[in-house]
Amino acid sequence: MVASSPKVISDRALHDAELISNSGAWAKNARQLASARAQEQGLPQRRDEYWKYTRPDVFVQKNVALIPQACPEIGIFADQMKTEIVFENAKLATHHLPEIDNCKIESLSNASTLDLHWVQDIYGKLELAGQKPVERSLAALNTAMATEGLLVHATGQVSSPIRIHSVSIGITDAVIHHVVKVEAGASVTLIETGQYGARSNVVIEVDVADTGSFHHIRVQDGKESHMLTHIFASIGADAKFKSFTLTTDGKMTRNECILDLVGDNSSVTVAGACLGDSNFHHDDTVFITHDAVNCESRQVFKKVLRNGAVGVFQGKILVKAGAQKTDGYQISQSLLLDEDSQFLAKPELEIYADDVACSHGSTSGAIDEEALFYLRSRGVPEPKAVDLLTLSFIAQAIGEIEDPDLAQAILSYLTDILEAR
Amino acid sequence: MVMDDVQVKDGVDAQTVDAVKALSGAYKYGWNTEIEMEYAPKGLSEDIVRLISSKNEEPEWMLDWRLAAYRRWLEMKEPDWAMVDYPKIDFQDQYYYARPKSMEEKPKSLDDVDPKLLETYKKLGIPLKEQALLAGVEAPEGERRVAVDAVFDSVSVGTTFQAELMNAGVIFCSISEAIREHPELVRKYLGTVVPVSDNYYATLNCAVFSDGSFVYIPPGVRCPMELSTYFRINAENTGQFERTLIIADKESYVSYLEGCTAPQRDIAQLHAAVVELVLLDDAEIKYSTVQNWYPGDENGKGGIYNFVTKRADCRGDRSKVMWTQVETGSAVTWKYPSCVLRGDDSQGEFYSIAIANNMQQADTGTKMVHLGKNTKSRIVSKGISAGKAQNTYRGLVSMHPKAKNSRNYTQCDSLLIGDKCGAHTVPYIEVKNNSSRVEHEATTSKVDDDQLFYCRSRGMGEEDAVALVVNGFCKEVLQALPMEFAMEAQALVAISLEGSVG
Repeated sequence: MVASSPKVISDRALHDAELISNSGAWAKNARQLASARAQEQGLPQRRDEYWKYTRPDVFVQKNVALIPQACPEIGIFADQMKTEIVFENAKLATHHLPEIDNCKIESLSNASTLDLHWVQDIYGKLELAGQKPVERSLAALNTAMATEGLLVHATGQVSSPIRIHSVSIGITDAVIHHVVKVEAGASVTLIETGQYGARSNVVIEVDVADTGSFHHIRVQDGKESHMLTHIFASIGADAKFKSFTLTTDGKMTRNECILDLVGDNSSVTVAGACLGDSNFHHDDTVFITHDAVNCESRQVFKKVLRNGAVGVFQGKILVKAGAQKTDGYQISQSLLLDEDSQFLAKPELEIYADDVACSHGSTSGAIDEEALFYLRSRGVPEPKAVDLLTLSFIAQAIGEIEDPDLAQAILSYLTDILEAR
Repeated sequence: MVMDDVQVKDGVDAQTVDAVKALSGAYKYGWNTEIEMEYAPKGLSEDIVRLISSKNEEPEWMLDWRLAAYRRWLEMKEPDWAMVDYPKIDFQDQYYYARPKSMEEKPKSLDDVDPKLLETYKKLGIPLKEQALLAGVEAPEGERRVAVDAVFDSVSVGTTFQAELMNAGVIFCSISEAIREHPELVRKYLGTVVPVSDNYYATLNCAVFSDGSFVYIPPGVRCPMELSTYFRINAENTGQFERTLIIADKESYVSYLEGCTAPQRDIAQLHAAVVELVLLDDAEIKYSTVQNWYPGDENGKGGIYNFVTKRADCRGDRSKVMWTQVETGSAVTWKYPSCVLRGDDSQGEFYSIAIANNMQQADTGTKMVHLGKNTKSRIVSKGISAGKAQNTYRGLVSMHPKAKNSRNYTQCDSLLIGDKCGAHTVPYIEVKNNSSRVEHEATTSKVDDDQLFYCRSRGMGEEDAVALVVNGFCKEVLQALPMEFAMEAQALVAISLEGSVG
């Protein structure tokens, strides 16, 4: 890949140099390597196959007209939350990080001043592993530049979810990098709500040890915002990984999830739902690699689009030779509520083992007229009937959330949003 | 598959293993016809393009068209996005024109054709005489008959039933003859479905195609018999570049069959064809292919590189095209028969069985481009991988904003036999209006153990049992083939998988 706008990279490199000189030994090393990686890869370009349906321009240009953000109210999960950490304008605003049982939470800014830290085995390492076979230079850039983020180390069962709520007022270009380490037998749930900035580049690296379990729920909502996220995860044996993302607004969103199943008998799920209206482009890009025996992976994505909104899905299941007894499932569906909206999908399978069952399905279409008629004939007004059918369409994706209380909270939140429209 | 690798499974006796070994690598059409050939000088240049044009006694405009394509091709890059891996082709190290010496003087009728050539086709099961062709049995009057255009290396050696077809108004001849005899039709349609600059191999074909078939079905005519072209590559180190153009005028119908084979040779050979179908209002074309080029040996030595561009343009309203392909041969296949559904209410169908065994690599699929209202398409693709082969389905379904109320249904299934092969699916789905409905399903699995056990427990050999299960897997596609082809295809499925059970 050749950098389309080398200027952007070199400007950033200057910034990197300053950042790197202030880093502790491990962070210095990780940032230098990532910076070199990003320079070598160059920025993504429109003609890259990997960016076929989403223009990377807004994420790579230096001078993007960002629109001031108001602080969205996300009153979701209020009942479930005991542990909450707040980011304001892309900076950690909770100064005394909560101390909870079986889990240690630290800030990246503190840890990166140290010369030694457990995170050195993960930070930038999983991102690097996820650079093959497809280069993701914006994630490398994140590793090089990020100064803010959380480091979560779960050593046992963490009883209540950890919520990161971010608010961004005004114009902020956010670069956030979280790392989660789940030890053997440990389990933790991470919830992200709000938005880090008017434009954000977020990377989460998750290392799940054998028998560990990680759950992730994300609610993205930011009018006029540009969000790019990457999750890089490595999943050990007999372990579990589940991630669900709900997107209800945003001018441009690209959520990438790169999972590596390296231990036997594990299961992973990546699910997502989005409600898109008018100036809305939403891209889910998933790459799941099966490199172990008897693992299960699920991808479930539902997109409801109207007034010219665009939904993109690029999902891939790679089953390496020897990854026998793999069960891979992938479904991507869109509901187009009017003539102007679009759904673009590339659901891929690449399989080198014979004793596997892999399937994918993808559908796109308008709302079911018969179902609509049924509801109307029973006295449900049309807008309400459309909402009901929308909810039932999305339900399968929400059903992938493990915790029924959290799933219920998402469902009520969605119902409120539909009613308010 | 290297047969030394065969592991004796429970319940497989030594005899079965021996039988499998004996059958492995059996390619029925690998023999070669000893015949005196005339070659153009090796390599590719403007002079070669001019030479091919002059050998075919082409008019000036045709030569200009070729030269423009050649110059364009020089600036193009070989595509690298397909999941196939082969050594770089040296385009200067092969012949672009080879014709049997006996064809120097064009035979006036089939009786004048060199008996050696007639013998070749007879041996291939395609007797070049005007008789019924149904599993080699003389058919009673009124039975289906097939007219054949036989292409041997760079030239068409003969076309049967031409006079009878002419009575119905149907033109069926070699494309070189059509360029001379029907220039108005050729000029009007050639290159309008697959433009000269479409892709690397298509552009190369425009420059150097030597022969191929031409069909014109006039308005309202239902072609009285099935038409077919049989391609045979015989000469060594020679590329075959054929061009097919079929025009189905308003309310006409034709069923067209295509077959291909080549001798067994150690050095890979290139085959880059272009097929263009034009359908006007209410026309229908059924295009069936049994592709059985030499696939190379079990170590991947030799075989045909099959880089083919096939496209149908449903220009007319309510027109209908159906592609059916059984791809069992070739070392490398790169082929995407496509439909441009331009006319309102037009329909495209694609049925495919792609079998890759030993070291074969296939990257094949279709494109359904919906432009007109109420257009419909259906894709059924069955990919089978065995040995160390790689088999990829690659397809596009595109619903343009104006293609209101259109439908697509896609099903692509892959079957893996053995743990050293690969099966891949790369579909692109683009929906740009909401009244259209698109459904895509894909599965990958291995041959069902229960089904195999059922067959084996009833005394079937493992090889036969696999063939039976695979035939069941392919049934939907086999049923879409014309009868003669269906029988051949079914047998081919079994032969192609020989040696795959290990």
